Amino acid sequence: MAAPMIVKVTVTLKNGVLDPQGRAIEAALKGLGFDGVAGARVGKLIELEVADGTSRETIENMAKQLLANTVIENFRIEMP
Amino acid sequence: MRCAVIVFPGSNCDRDLADAIAKVTGRAPAMIWHRETELPANLDFIGVPGGFSYGDYLRSGAMAARSPVMQAVVKAAGEGRAVLGICNGFQVLTEAGLLPGALMRNAGLNFVCRDVRLSVANSQSIFTSLYATGEEIRIPVAHHDGNYTADAATLDRLEGEGRVAFRYAEAVNGSARDIAGILNDEGNVLGMMPHPERLIEAEQGGTDGRRMFEAAMMALA
Repeated sequence: MAAPMIVKVTVTLKNGVLDPQGRAIEAALKGLGFDGVAGARVGKLIELEVADGTSRETIENMAKQLLANTVIENFRIEMP
Repeated sequence: MRCAVIVFPGSNCDRDLADAIAKVTGRAPAMIWHRETELPANLDFIGVPGGFSYGDYLRSGAMAARSPVMQAVVKAAGEGRAVLGICNGFQVLTEAGLLPGALMRNAGLNFVCRDVRLSVANSQSIFTSLYATGEEIRIPVAHHDGNYTADAATLDRLEGEGRVAFRYAEAVNGSARDIAGILNDEGNVLGMMPHPERLIEAEQGGTDGRRMFEAAMMALA
């Protein structure tokens, strides 16, 4: 089998979508005395082990069909 | 009325829903496991129950929406069969594209589990015809991800087309425009976070949920 390739898909909430978890993190950081935090947004990192040579288009289809809910989320793909 | 209830790994309101259907219609629904690729013929009503399908992995309802049985449910909905998604079932229907928008983490971050007051926003649908528009009813909620979100144009369209079925009459989870339940454009698919199947008999503390099943039976039987 060909050497696997690690692809990273980062899923983040779209701008303008309220992120209650991010708000809570921001408030908690302020509570710890970290003053310079203007915002926090929570996302997901999904590492996929796929066959070397898998196309970006295939990964994009995976992201659109399952990994991200494109109603509220954006995704970014990092390939080696 | 021929009914079915979909069962995913992690569903936990499937038996409550089946019991409600059986008590109101006099006939037990077929219980359909998520691996099935076809539904029984001539169904009138499909219930997608509450719970934590697939452990809420990735996003609530995301995995269930891609399961084999949901392809059959999407097809049945397209043929005009009635589909009711409750709580996790509502999340599954949005993830499957049968209803617009998405359900996000509650604005207060807490799991909310209590009776809430709802206002009936549309009493013209097959599910809500035994309520009066503007009537206040009391139905329990039990969810962590019930914060309904959609872009402004979608929200305007839902409101303009009378597709908001229920609104919260009190602060619950931060839902856009207090939306608790919505209909699809054909009116045969309803998704809602509150649990009408938990209020069928007086012994359960009220019967405000019962009329939803009676209305569906009147329209479909």
